[in-house]
Amino acid sequence: MFDAGPTRKPLVEVRGLKMHFPIMAGVLRRRIGAVKAVDGVSFDILEGETLGLVGESGCGKSTCGRAILRLYDITEGTIRINGHDIARASHAELRKLRPTMQMVFQDPQASLNPRMTVAKIIAEPLDEHTTLTRREKMQRVHELMDAVGLSRDFANRFPHEFSGGQRQRIGIARALALNPKFIVCDEPIAALDVSIQAQVVNLLEDLQDQFGLTYLFISHDLSMVRHIADRVAVMYLGKVVELAPREALYSAPLHPYTQALLSAVPEPDPSVRSTTERIILQGDVPSPANPPEGCNFSTRCPRVMEICRRQEPEFREAAAGHFVACHLCTPQSETTAGATAATAVPKSVQQGE
Amino acid sequence: MTDATLAQAGRNRAGRSQWADVWDQFKTHRGALLGMGFFIFVSLLVIFGPWLWDIPPNYIDIRAKNQGPSLAHPMGTDQLGRDTFAQVLAGGRVSLLVGVTAMALSLVLGTLVGVLAGYFKRLDGPLMRLTDLFLALPLLPLLLVIIMLFRDTLRAAFGPETGIFILIVFVIGITSWMQTARIVRGDVLSLKEQEFVLAARSIGTPSHRMILRHILPNVLSPIMVSATLGIANAIITESALSFLGLGFPSDFPTWGRLLFDSTNFMTLNPERVIWPGLAISLTVLSVNYIGDGLRDALDPRIRGR
Repeated sequence: MFDAGPTRKPLVEVRGLKMHFPIMAGVLRRRIGAVKAVDGVSFDILEGETLGLVGESGCGKSTCGRAILRLYDITEGTIRINGHDIARASHAELRKLRPTMQMVFQDPQASLNPRMTVAKIIAEPLDEHTTLTRREKMQRVHELMDAVGLSRDFANRFPHEFSGGQRQRIGIARALALNPKFIVCDEPIAALDVSIQAQVVNLLEDLQDQFGLTYLFISHDLSMVRHIADRVAVMYLGKVVELAPREALYSAPLHPYTQALLSAVPEPDPSVRSTTERIILQGDVPSPANPPEGCNFSTRCPRVMEICRRQEPEFREAAAGHFVACHLCTPQSETTAGATAATAVPKSVQQGE
Repeated sequence: MTDATLAQAGRNRAGRSQWADVWDQFKTHRGALLGMGFFIFVSLLVIFGPWLWDIPPNYIDIRAKNQGPSLAHPMGTDQLGRDTFAQVLAGGRVSLLVGVTAMALSLVLGTLVGVLAGYFKRLDGPLMRLTDLFLALPLLPLLLVIIMLFRDTLRAAFGPETGIFILIVFVIGITSWMQTARIVRGDVLSLKEQEFVLAARSIGTPSHRMILRHILPNVLSPIMVSATLGIANAIITESALSFLGLGFPSDFPTWGRLLFDSTNFMTLNPERVIWPGLAISLTVLSVNYIGDGLRDALDPRIRGR
C-alpha cells in the first residue's frame, strides 16, 4: 500500500505555491484585492506515480495544475520538476524544459485548433523542439496515433470530424509527442460520456505503464480518481486539506471536508448504502477573493470548533504518509481528534490491498 | 464507421492537399464562382483589352463627338469624340490596381494593429486609442488636405501618374484600416482565451509563431470579409476623389473620373454615366461574392457540408 517509499525520488516538488489573480476596479484600474485561487499548496509527486487532485468546482484544482507548468506567472512558492526550478525560470529556459512536462486538457473540442489537421496538431511539439525531417515527423505522428489507438487514416482530418473520445486521444498523442516525464491531466474525462471515460482512463494507465509517465490527475470524479491514482490530494478553497495514499484516504478520511465529499459518492451496494451516513454540507463555498479567517472550511464544517475560526490549521502528517490540515487532528486538541485518528489508521491498514 | 467515410479516409491518406478541399468547397458556392468568373474576365479585359481595342483612350476625333453606341464605338463617344470603351478599359486598369493595392495596405495595417492590440495586453490601450483617433477623423476633408499638401511633392518625385497613384493608395490605405483592426482585435481577444492557445503555450510555442500558427488562421474569416469590402471601398473612394477632381490628372481616365466627366452630359447622353457606373458596381459585387465563398471554403468546419 505504501509502496511510495523512500526508494523512489520525487519528480515534482511543489512548495508553498500561491497563485493570486489581481482584481482591478475603478477608472484608474487600481488593484483592490486578489482572487486567491491557489493559496499555499505543497506536495510531492513521486516518479511513476499518479497523484489525484480532487475538489469541487472553483477550488483551484485546474489553476494549480496550470501554475505547476508555469502557464501562469505564479505569485509565490517554488516548483521543481526533475530538479529544475520552474517557478523562477526565464522564458527561454522554460522553453527548453517544456518537453519534460506536458498537459492534457479538459475540453477536447477547445484544446485542438479547428484549422489544423490532426497530423499538424500532433506534430506541433515536434516542430517546436526537434529538428526532424518531414518524413521522420510523419513517422513519429503515425507511431503516436498507433499508441493512442487512432487510425493512421485520420492524419489529414480536422478535429471537428471526430467524437469527443477520439479528440481526447488526439490531445493525449500531442502531449506524448516529446516523450515527457510528467503530464498534468486537467479533468481529461470531465467532458466525455461515461462509456468513453473508462476507455480514456485505461488508455492513460496503459501509456503510464508503457512510457513510465508521472501524472497529476485533476478531477472531481472521486471514483475515477480512486481507480487511477496512487495518492490523492483533496483541495478546498485554494488549499490542500488532505493528502494521503489512495486506500487510506478512501477508507479513513481524516478531514471533515473529505468525509463529506466521500459520503457524496454513490454507493452501488444497497446494503452498504443504508448504513453509510450522508454528510450534507450547509452553505456555499466562500469567495476565494475573501476567504474566512482561520480555517477555510470553518464556515461549513459540521464539527467546527472555536479555534477553527481564529487559527489556520497546520498541514501536518497525522499518520505515515497521511497529511491533513485540521485542528481535529492536531495534538493540542487530542481530546476531540484522538479518537478519530486512532481508529482511522489501523482500519486503513486492514482495508488496504 | 461507414464505408463512405472509410473511402474518404483512404483518399485523405493519399495525401490530398488542403487546397483541393478548399477549391471543392468554393465550387459549391455558385455566387462566388460567378463573381470569380466575372472578376477574372474584367481583369483580363483591362489588362489585355487596350491591345485588342486599338483606339487610344486619349485619341480625339471631334467629328464623332457625343455619339451613341455603334459598331465603331460600342459604348459611344464623349464630348471630345474620345471612345468611351477604350477609356473604360484604360480606367479599369487604374481603378482595379488602386482597389487591390489600397485594400492590401489597409488589410496589412488593420490586421497588424488588431492582432498586436488583441494579443499583447500592454499594446491594447495605445493602439485602440489610435484606432479611435483615426475613426474620429472626418475622412473626406482629411483626404483633401493630404492630397493638397503632398500632391506636388510626389508628382515631382515620381512623375504625375505614379506620384498620384502612390498618394491615393496610401491615403485610402491609412484611412480604412480601422474597422479591420477592431474586428480582428475582438476575435483575437476571444481566441487568446481558448484552450488550444494554452495548449500551444504549454508546448512552448513562442509568441510570433503562436500568432502565425494559431491566431491568424482563426481570424481569417473576418479578415477575408474586410478584404473584399475593402476592395469595393477603395474603388469607390478613388471614384469619389476623382469625382471631386482631386484624383488622377484630367486626361488620365479612371472609372471615377469617367463618371465625374459624364455627369455634365447626363441629360444629353445618359448612357455615358451608366458604363463606368456599371463597371464599378459589378466589380464590387463580384469581389464581395468571391469573399463570401472564400470565407466559407477556408473554414474546415463548414467545408464538406
